[in-house]
Amino acid sequence: MAKPKVPGLFKGLGVTFGTLMRTATEGSNTIQYPHEKETPPIRARGVIALHEGNCTSCMLCARSCPDWCIYIEGHKELAPPRRAGGAPRKVNKLDRFDIDYALCMYCGICVEVCPFDALFWSPEYEYSEPRIADLLHDMTKLGEWMETVPEAPELEAGADKKGKK
Amino acid sequence: MSSALIAADLAYWAQSLLRVLGGLVAVLLPAGTVVYLFLFKMMSFMQSRLGPMEAGPYGSMQLFAEVGKWLQKEDIVPANAQPEARIFKMAPLIVLASTFLLVVVVPFGPDAWFTDFEVGIFYALAVSSVSVLGILIAGWSSANKYSLLGGLRAAGQLIAYELPMVLAVVGVVIQAGTMNLQQIVVAQNAGSMFGWNGVGNPYILTQFVAFIIFMISVQAELTQTPFDMPIAESELVSGYMTEYSGFRFLIFFIGEFATAGVFAMIASVLFLGGWGVPFAWFGWTDMDSIDNWMNVVGPLILFTKMIVLVFFIMWVRFSFPRFREDQLQRFAWKILIPVSLVNIMVTAVLKVAF
Repeated sequence: MAKPKVPGLFKGLGVTFGTLMRTATEGSNTIQYPHEKETPPIRARGVIALHEGNCTSCMLCARSCPDWCIYIEGHKELAPPRRAGGAPRKVNKLDRFDIDYALCMYCGICVEVCPFDALFWSPEYEYSEPRIADLLHDMTKLGEWMETVPEAPELEAGADKKGKK
Repeated sequence: MSSALIAADLAYWAQSLLRVLGGLVAVLLPAGTVVYLFLFKMMSFMQSRLGPMEAGPYGSMQLFAEVGKWLQKEDIVPANAQPEARIFKMAPLIVLASTFLLVVVVPFGPDAWFTDFEVGIFYALAVSSVSVLGILIAGWSSANKYSLLGGLRAAGQLIAYELPMVLAVVGVVIQAGTMNLQQIVVAQNAGSMFGWNGVGNPYILTQFVAFIIFMISVQAELTQTPFDMPIAESELVSGYMTEYSGFRFLIFFIGEFATAGVFAMIASVLFLGGWGVPFAWFGWTDMDSIDNWMNVVGPLILFTKMIVLVFFIMWVRFSFPRFREDQLQRFAWKILIPVSLVNIMVTAVLKVAF
């Protein structure tokens, strides 16, 4: 089925006119944001949430952050021993865990590097602020984002099998 | 010519006032319509988006918002342009003045005109070149290498495309036997083709080559894409407009789109029969027998034709990438001008033969 040869000039005009008619009849590809909202994909990189209990303040995230937007301070505390008669445990207690979203470039290295699953991606994206200083999210705020973190999707078949290496 | 409807019994100052108001409407209304309908909406739709939607119903008040924004901005004169600040500030007004001078000769109806000028089209083509001066002044007085490059490119391009435009019009003038735009309208609508006068004789049929050349030249005169080398925003950062801000940029902007509207009006007068409908429809024979209601309907007809022509100008604008400078010049000098010269010769021969 040979299509008739159309000069490129008219083909170009046809493309724009076709898009014009399609937008007029079927609607545009864009959405009117503040009035209607798009559901982001489940693994969208919206904001980083902190699961405080998992954090050992090992500083790996802060050190791997390309623009140094994570600030961590912590101290060691003694916790009661696990077994009766044992020595008291030393645990790391977070004093400060801030992410400056004015600096963050959403590369996700901190989430990847965290060895204890303390950081998670959440698809929430509506947290703009009139003042730039308010983009520094502290530990409490980062903890609140945990509620928006979706359940991890099911692993693909065979992904959890421990094979021989 | 029948007696004028409105302006006949008024004092001179009242007539002048009416003409000034009419001129403002005739320039600003097409400009606003063109910007909203084509630049805001058609361009957006061609890119599968909706364009401005917030200001007014369907974004129709967006223009007022934009004008308000521009009027609030500071009128900046760059430090290097300070010695010639007056010339720098004058340049956009020259461009806009050219548009206002252009609309003067456009006939809107049997009696609805600003001046009934015997060499109307000659005058129109002459004053349309005045905008080149404004652009050149703007580019030069900005004291900026990009602006200067843009201004020089604009001058080269506008002069190159002025020629095919004039030569294309010559074909129409030969066929109509007059340079008076009003007479050209009458000649088209009172005319007949091989004895059949159902659609008159719009020159788009007999002068189709001239029409195409004219529209291409208009595209270039308006520096719309594919001929937007002078204001190429990706390499010259808008050329001669770079240093302008606020009110003066607004003037350039209005000038650009008002000129698009006025040129489309002139094109519809020359090729599509202007304000008229074929006279045979209502049994008119010449100017005197036209009913008075044409003074109201005529402008609307002209406006509709203008919208159609601007649609084509903008359609091409939004579809094609821009020409390179040498391609642009070669196209004018090696293709358009020879073709229009041939068109003149053929028209002249046929005019004598029939």
